[in-house]
Order: sequence, then C-alpha cells, then structure tokens
Amino acid sequence: MKCLICHDEWMPPISFAMLFTLRQADVCCPRCRARFIRLEGNRCERCSRLSDVPICADCIKWKQRKSALKQNYSVYIYDDWMKEVMNRFKFRGDYALVEAFRHDVCAVFNEHFSSDVFLVPIPLSPSRLAERGFNQAEAIASLLSLPMIFALRRIDDEKQSKKTRSERFVGRKFCLTGEDVAEKRIVIVDDIYTTGATVHEAANVLYAAGARDISSFTLIRS
Amino acid sequence: MHFAGKQLLTSELSFPYDKQHVQIVDSIIKTKRGYMCVRCNNDDQQLFASFPCARCGRICTYCRKCITMGRCSECNPLVIWTGPTPSISFSSPLQWNGQLSPAQQLASDEVCHAIDRNESLLVWAVCGAGKTEVLFAGIDMALSQGKRVCLAAPRTDVVLELAPRLANVFPSVDIAALYGGSQDRGKLASLTVSTTHQLLRYYRAFDVMIVDEVDAFPYSVDSMLSYAVERARKPNSSLIYLTATPNEQWQREVKSGQRKAVTIPARYHRHPLPVPTFEWCGNWQKKWRHKRLPSCVVRWVNEHLERNKQAFLFVPHIDFLQQVVPYLQQFHPRIEGVHAEDPKRKEKVLAFRRGQIPLLVTTTILERGVTVPNIDVAVLGAEQPIFTESALVQIAGRVGRSAQYPTGDVRFFHFGKTKAMVSAKRHIIRMNDEARKRGLIDK
Repeated sequence: MKCLICHDEWMPPISFAMLFTLRQADVCCPRCRARFIRLEGNRCERCSRLSDVPICADCIKWKQRKSALKQNYSVYIYDDWMKEVMNRFKFRGDYALVEAFRHDVCAVFNEHFSSDVFLVPIPLSPSRLAERGFNQAEAIASLLSLPMIFALRRIDDEKQSKKTRSERFVGRKFCLTGEDVAEKRIVIVDDIYTTGATVHEAANVLYAAGARDISSFTLIRS
Repeated sequence: MHFAGKQLLTSELSFPYDKQHVQIVDSIIKTKRGYMCVRCNNDDQQLFASFPCARCGRICTYCRKCITMGRCSECNPLVIWTGPTPSISFSSPLQWNGQLSPAQQLASDEVCHAIDRNESLLVWAVCGAGKTEVLFAGIDMALSQGKRVCLAAPRTDVVLELAPRLANVFPSVDIAALYGGSQDRGKLASLTVSTTHQLLRYYRAFDVMIVDEVDAFPYSVDSMLSYAVERARKPNSSLIYLTATPNEQWQREVKSGQRKAVTIPARYHRHPLPVPTFEWCGNWQKKWRHKRLPSCVVRWVNEHLERNKQAFLFVPHIDFLQQVVPYLQQFHPRIEGVHAEDPKRKEKVLAFRRGQIPLLVTTTILERGVTVPNIDVAVLGAEQPIFTESALVQIAGRVGRSAQYPTGDVRFFHFGKTKAMVSAKRHIIRMNDEARKRGLIDK
C-alpha cells in the first residue's frame, strides 16, 4: 500500500491480531511513523509542556488570572517534522492526513478523559473556513467519536500564528452561539497549544455560559 | 499577476480578470476507472480523498498528488486562459563570447533549426559535455522572434543553478525562476526556468519548451510531469529534450530514426569517458549481517585513504548507509554519509569539495549535477534495482570531468551482473567509439 504521507509503497506486516480483531494496519510507513514524537517524560501537569517543575511558570500565571481551564493534554511535540505535516494538513488542506493521527489521538485522549465529556472544537472565522474548506480542530475532534457541541463563534479574524505573544492576549476572540453547555463536562479541542491564549479564553467564555469542569486537548504542544 | 497563459484554480483568483477570454472546467472528473485530476492527470485512486467540505457543503473529493500547488477539488474548478498571450521581441539579446566545440556547434545548429520550425529534438550529450551552452544560440533566436521560452528542470537545485547563468548571458531579458516558494510565482516572462511542478499553472503559454535531464527522477517515473509539459506548451511549438541517458525506448527510437536526435558523444576536454570495471564482491548483504564488508571493498577504501584520493561510494538504501558510515569512520574519522533527507546535505557536499572529507558515502541523490575534480567512484551493490542503466551512467559520469584530471576509476562492486550494469557499460563504450569515429577525442 501507499504511505499516507510520503506516498512510497510499503508492505505492512500481517499479524494474527489483525486477522482476528479490528486492529488496522498503520496508514503510514514505519519511517514516517517514527518521525512523530509523542510527548513523554516530565511534563507540567497542567499544560503538558516538557518541564522539570510540576507546574510551569506560565500555568502559575494562568492560575493567578483565575482561568477556568483545569488542564490541557497534548499528543505530539512541535518539531520540524510536525511543522511540515501541519503545513500540508492545515494550509495546503490535505484533509486525509488526519488519519495519520488517529491512533495516537485516541490513545492519549482515552488515557486522560472519560467518555462522558462533550467536545467543543475551536472554531475558525467564516472567511478562513471558506478558504480552507474545513476546520482542523473539528477534523481532529471527529477522530474521537464523542458528541460535539459547536458552542463558540469567532469574532476576531486574524490568524493566531501571525500574531506576537503579547498581541495574542488582547481583545476578545470568541462569543457564544447559544448551544447549551450548562453543567456539562467540556473538553475543548484544538490543533496546537502555543501560549494557551486561545484555549484559556475559550474556557472562560464557556465557563460564563455555565459549563463546568473544562479541560482542553490539542494535537501539539509547542 | 497576469492571467495570460495560465490555468488557475478558482480559489487562487483573487484578482480581477477578463472573463471573455477564459474557459472554466471541472478540476476533478469521474471516469469509468474512477476519479481523474484534470490539472495533473492523476488517476491513482489511492491519491484521492474526500472530506466534508465547508465551501460546497458536500462530501468533496480532491487530488492529493498535486496538492502542493493548491487543492484541486470538486468545488474548485480550473479557470483556463484562452485569450492571446502578449509577445515581446528582443534584438539579439545574447551576451556571450565563449567558444563551442565542433560537436557542440553541430548540436547548437540542430537546436536552432528545431526551434525555427517548431519541431521536437533530443539532445543526447554525455555527462560533462556542456549542454547548457548548446542552448544559447537557440534561445537567442527564439527571443529575437518574440517567442516565449521555458526551460523545465526536474529539481529546485537545478533551477537555482540555471537561472543566474541565463540571466548572466541574457542581461536584457526578463527571466522568471519558478520553484516552490519562489518570488516570481505568477510571472509570465520571456524566459522562464521552472521546476516541472510549477508548470501545472501554465496552459499553452510557451513557444519553446526545453526539458532538461528528461531521464531524471522524478520526471521519468512521473507521468504527471510529462503531462504538465504538454499542457504548458503551445500546440504549435518546439520541444527540446536534453539528456545524458535516454531510456531504452528512446534509444531504440533514435536508432530507428523515429525520434530526431543529435548526440554529443565526447566531453569538451577531448578525453574519453572512463569505462566502469565490474568486481564481484559476493553476498555483501549477508556479510553485513555479521558487520563485515567484502574484502575487495575494504581494500578499495584503504587504497583511496592511503593515496589520498577522494571518492564517492554509492550505496542502494538510506538504511544501509546509516549503518555503514559509523563502521567506515573507524577507517578514517572524517568519512561522511549523505542522503536525500539529510539536513546537512549542502554542508557535507561543500566540505567534500574543499577536500575535507576523504570518502563520501551516498545514495543515488548525488548521481547528477555534483562536479568535483579528480575523484573516483564506486558502487556497492550495483546489482540492486535502484541502480538503473541511467543511474549507473550518471554515476560513472562524475569521474574525470575537469580538463586537469580527465581520467579516473569507476568500480561497480556487485553480487551478480545485471542487465542494467551491462547496458550502462556498453552505453559508455559506444559513446567513446562514436566520439573516436567523429574525431572528437585525442587518442
């Protein structure tokens, strides 16, 4: 079969586990697979970043600001390989690449969250959505087969990745769509957690609408 | 951005354009065999995917093969320019006073002839014959006639090397260099140097299409790129192919006279091409499982280290390369390995050129374009399928390129001769014979 990422032909080994259970062969070749690096080892217990102290300096600041976000979990580290893959997935719009994340996304999610939560993907602005054709956060959330609530709408139109750190913290990004989130356990889903400004603000907006127990889950922690 | 001579996706058209002169066609169509991409001719169903599209609100199918050039999907049709393309003529823009060898001169005349009559021609020139200079007169004539010229090369490195060379000899002409991430994107210049990928944005734009290294990866494996060449040139235009190693079918067509070709069988320095020698080295893969290399290979490495002569050692796979380099570093700590995905590729090649690396182990990526004077080459595992006839001829072509050091040793270590090895050797001998007959080498 063809590797989903490098398009080279490769032969997945056939095992009895695949014949008798629902286990699927990997969609990408071993060489591409080995280049995805999962976050492991000592990490900040709140935001998943690699850290020697239990709670990193950024998270202490978030705590002082009384952020409603309890915790963030992420799957992969952000390196050159991940940049390249995200560039193809998000900016070139190769939706099919989401399948390469499936196994790891499900494994990390199930390790940290129970199945009685509701997923809230971070929305794109209408103009960006029309340009890209899909919302990458929603694509990632759809791997988890859990109920989604589209509770947020984007006000601000600028790309987060085009802004500096300080610019990311000013101005409101989201408003509510009116979907009911009251008293629900929420996991916000996004593609990347960089400064955390996006998910923390989303958490505060959802908290104001009555949501309880808000965490977030992102594909990458940079 | 000008629209003339282009085919662009609706999503790329952020500028106003003359709606009279365009045709709008679906970029993805359904055929009996499944989906097909109209822009890149992909019909491999594994390279199509579908997703819930926010733009059209349906499950939309797109082409994954040419996605780096913007996403062709069912709701994103192609807009093709059908109007006239403007033309500018220059009066003899060539500023070059180099001298062509007799064989180059003959080829150059044939190129001019083909361009003048909008014919196609294959220029079959050995590695190091000086192919680029052969084009100068033809390009000069085309530009004087107000023709639009495109030089398509297989890889970005080649475009980056060719564009400044052409800019140098055609100082008054507007030149566009097109590759992924280039500043000239969207330009329609009189002289365009482009990777074959970037041609996907052009439609019936060029009067002269020159395709460099037709046999080179990925052109030879990829029907998409020959399709792109056909679509980007005008129906009435000339098509010039340059190569050192035409494939078997082309060689047959040349022999039988079906394909018009001109050969340059000798290098400009008038010395014959080094002919490879075969050396049987046993089952080297099995030996390597016990972390041993065949004794003849070890001898070859030691000899070169003692004589202080630089060399390339070609190996078939990256995996083997990564294992064998640390082993060879026991012989000499400065031995290095380089492969296609190596981030330090440029630095290592540069260090080799400066003579800081005695032996560079490499996969087939260095088979073309790299010119280092006074080196030898060897191939370990020459029987492997990756070493095709053309790859082996190119590898042998690394040796003896400079006039100062016109000779050298080419060794193929193998575990059983293959057809490709024999044809490669025969190919080189035949070229030398032809050169001798035409009096192009001294000896």
